[in-house]
Amino acid sequence: MTKFNYTAKDFKSAAEVRWCPGCGDFAIMNAVQKTMADMDIDHKDFAVISGIGCSSRFPYYMSTYGFHTIHGRAAAIASGVKSANPDLTVWVMTGDGDSLAIGGNHFIHLVRRNINLNLVLFNNKIYGLTKGQYSPTSDRGKITKTSPFGTIEDSFVPGQLVLGSRGTFFARALDNNMKHTQEVLTEAALHQGTSIVEILQNCVIFNDGIHDYISDPKFRSERQIFLRKGQPMIFGEQEDKGLILEKGKLKVVKIGENGITREDILVHEPSDDNLGLQVALINMTLPEFPVAMGVIRSVEAPVYDQEMKKQIETVQQKRRITCMDELLQSGNTWIVEGENCSEPVKFFDNKCFG
Amino acid sequence: MKNTKVIELEEVAIRFSGDSGDGMQLTGTLFSDTSALLGNDISTFPDYPSEIRAPQGTVGGVSGFQVQLGTKKVTTPGDLAHVLVAMNPAALKANALFLNPAASIIFDVDSFSGKNLEKAQFKTDDPFTELKLNDYSLIPVPITSMTKESLKELELDNKSILRCKNMFALGLICWMFDRPLDYIEKFIQSKFGKKSPLIAEANLIVLHTGYNYGMNLQHMTPQYIVHPAPIEKGTYRNINGNNATAWGFIAAAEKSGLDLFIGSYPITPATDILQALAERKDLGVKSFQAEDEIAGICTTIGAAFAGDLAVTSTSGPGFALKSEALGLSVMAELPIVVVNVQRGGPSTGLPTKTEQSDLLQTLYGRNGESPVVVLAASTPSDCFYFAFLSAKIALERMVPVVLLTDGFLGNGSEPWRVPTMDELPSITPRKAKNPESFRPYNRDPETLARDWAIPGMEGFEHRIGGLEKNVAGAVSHDPDTHQRNSEIRAAKVEKVVTMIPDLAVEGEPEGDLLVVGWGGTYGHMISSVQAMHKAGKKVSLAHFNYIKPLPANTGEIFSKFKKIVVCELNMGQFASYLRDKLPQFTYHQVNKMKGLPFSVHELVENFDKLLEA
Ligand SMILES: Cc1ncc(C[n+]2csc(CCOP(=O)(O)OP(=O)(O)O)c2C)c(N)n1
Ligand code: SF4
Ligand SMILES: [Mg+2]
Repeated sequence: MTKFNYTAKDFKSAAEVRWCPGCGDFAIMNAVQKTMADMDIDHKDFAVISGIGCSSRFPYYMSTYGFHTIHGRAAAIASGVKSANPDLTVWVMTGDGDSLAIGGNHFIHLVRRNINLNLVLFNNKIYGLTKGQYSPTSDRGKITKTSPFGTIEDSFVPGQLVLGSRGTFFARALDNNMKHTQEVLTEAALHQGTSIVEILQNCVIFNDGIHDYISDPKFRSERQIFLRKGQPMIFGEQEDKGLILEKGKLKVVKIGENGITREDILVHEPSDDNLGLQVALINMTLPEFPVAMGVIRSVEAPVYDQEMKKQIETVQQKRRITCMDELLQSGNTWIVEGENCSEPVKFFDNKCFG
Repeated sequence: MKNTKVIELEEVAIRFSGDSGDGMQLTGTLFSDTSALLGNDISTFPDYPSEIRAPQGTVGGVSGFQVQLGTKKVTTPGDLAHVLVAMNPAALKANALFLNPAASIIFDVDSFSGKNLEKAQFKTDDPFTELKLNDYSLIPVPITSMTKESLKELELDNKSILRCKNMFALGLICWMFDRPLDYIEKFIQSKFGKKSPLIAEANLIVLHTGYNYGMNLQHMTPQYIVHPAPIEKGTYRNINGNNATAWGFIAAAEKSGLDLFIGSYPITPATDILQALAERKDLGVKSFQAEDEIAGICTTIGAAFAGDLAVTSTSGPGFALKSEALGLSVMAELPIVVVNVQRGGPSTGLPTKTEQSDLLQTLYGRNGESPVVVLAASTPSDCFYFAFLSAKIALERMVPVVLLTDGFLGNGSEPWRVPTMDELPSITPRKAKNPESFRPYNRDPETLARDWAIPGMEGFEHRIGGLEKNVAGAVSHDPDTHQRNSEIRAAKVEKVVTMIPDLAVEGEPEGDLLVVGWGGTYGHMISSVQAMHKAGKKVSLAHFNYIKPLPANTGEIFSKFKKIVVCELNMGQFASYLRDKLPQFTYHQVNKMKGLPFSVHELVENFDKLLEA
């Protein structure tokens, strides 16, 4: 039974979408709009906040409340929105530059505080809007306009950053797999706390094909592993490969070889507070490993905006001061009276104050 | 009794001075509160080093607290102290230049010995001759040894014993000024009573020992009488500028029916505002200690977008970090208030010292044409009203407001007649009403303020942001739209002039010299102008609280005086602003960059020179 019967269309604004034809952002937007429609939450309660970048144009294309802010600060502004009104459903749309370079500080602190909002990280491993400079997720050696001889720095792995900041929810998806993206976004929306969803996104203009090796649909089941709660970590065309732990390290094995059976394969438990394994899953790269997709970590922890509300309620239950007049009269006060005294002149007596 | 020297005074300034670990701030505060409770008007000036524990015994590590009490309205903490309490030689050295010629110097003789003299870099073992203080009334008091002696029965370690020294000084001063000890006793009980009764007992013993010492050695210590000041009737409390600011916002939230949100990052001397608000969960204040000042203002902008009365507090370096986001609130036309408790700059500058050097940063320190409303409070207690008014202007005109205070106001305190809430005007936030006609940048034709629709309101869903927009909120790079919007944003700020009172002249409405000041220098400005007036000079004061926009009658007032002098604790920022806004006048300047307030004396001297010229 749904209350609102929304469709994705109910979340589209009239504004013309200005991304380059073929940009991965389109697919992500469709997945987000579909997810929101399915959430069955009142349209008026959505707030979509973004920073600056191609991906951050997102709010204009939504029919919800939206705020396109300044470069890097979406996480901080959204933190204020959600803390002020925890009843809102807040989404942050942001790029790899926006959240991991200029906004890195706000990003990690958002995650640490565990404010209940959903952040979609459009990772195209490049600065799109400023036309193709390397980003904090560009691989070492990457040649771009600002690194004509290749970068000499290592990149962030967003999931590591999230888990290192005590993140409670991290998931990964690919722009060309809309169904799965939607599945992951739905999980993110349900999670209580900060949900970070990294979406590997193609920038057709400045970094075309950067995720192709992973995303090629022909090899999807070989190169990606779809992690699902309670399911064994199995992948491959024939569903014959899996992950096991050997000497504390992940290892790809073939079921049926060397006595390995399905029972030997690790079972995915995103809700276990098992940072080591979850980081190992995040770190898996081709060709040795498939790339992990899906909800990698989703654990429970106190939620900042709820705690803020609770703390106020708790203090108010025992409060002695209930209004400003009482506060003004509280503590060390004394009364001045007598002939010597004049009538008070009120500060706001001037009529201009209305 | 008869050999006690009794001095009756209208105003007296007392300076407590010692190592930053000696508890001088507490001593000064307790003495001030006691005096205020007795009905004296007071003005205080805490002056301390930026290091929590600066090297012991050195001049750099001296922490001072000056308070002036009076039988009349007291407007400044006093240029020069009548009584100095010096806990060590460094304290004497640091304050030698700030003493009244007839001052009494009470000093802890026990600490005026070899090592301490050396640390304070005295060359001889006679610091008084070295500083040419021999003519002053020198009162040696064995504070350390008497403190130790009085506590020898208690099982206390030496460190804890020495920590009580300040109570001896406090007790002694209370005797000299005929202050009862009950308020201080109550304070000691409530601070230590439960946690460590032994410490409470020790402090009480030493307090009384100091008091009795004064009584028993009357021939040495003069006694001062300062009668209560005749003031407005009402309920009073002592308040410092930072608390007053915090409370002004709570009052504004209550008046407007909104929740109060503060997003802030600690920085001297503004931290107390965040702390005072964090304490008020009972009144529903949402306080958010952000990861930096940028996040401080950004969470604030987010909270304003979500419909709260949202404020952020900081000092100069933090204000610099907030510039870009402040520009966003100009563009998005969201109601936020930024408080800048100014301190010495540039860079980290003089964190604990006062200055007025962020004025131009506030007016112009952003990219693009980015006008904001700028107010400045002028006394510790009126920070309350200006915080309230900043919020009212922001909410009713949908415009960011910057409130300038400074370290002197923020930390300084004075007795304040507390208002009741019905003395304060209403605040009517511009909540959008009709979803059919709502457009994000529709404006009131009079005030140019847009309507405020907040997430959760049905039918008002819209997008805003930092890009230039048309009335419907759609991104627009159209040349005419940008031209028009730039003019509208500027005009919207100018139209706030209808919400502010005319500039008032203190003194005659015309004359030879108009003294112009703004913000936290008010106390010293009015004192110096009154002194000139008493001396028969035709000098008046125009003190500004409304910086942008300027009061409508500013030019008219200026035109009535032969000369205008602008006094400020910077190199001439307000003067250059006035030259820009009202170029028809000539502005003389008095400027000071010492990290200290003006002294009345130096102002008077400057005014005299100008009158003679
Ligand atoms: C303060 C500031 N610095 C720099 C810029 C310029 N700028 C705009 S977007 C951007 C990078 C965008 O990259 P990313 O966040 O990855 O978003 P994408 O365009 O790739 O979606 C930069 C450097 C800016 N707008 N503001
Ligand atoms: S530049 Fe790249 S990221 Fe930006 S819209 Fe075009 S394709 Fe998308
Ligand atoms: Mg990018």
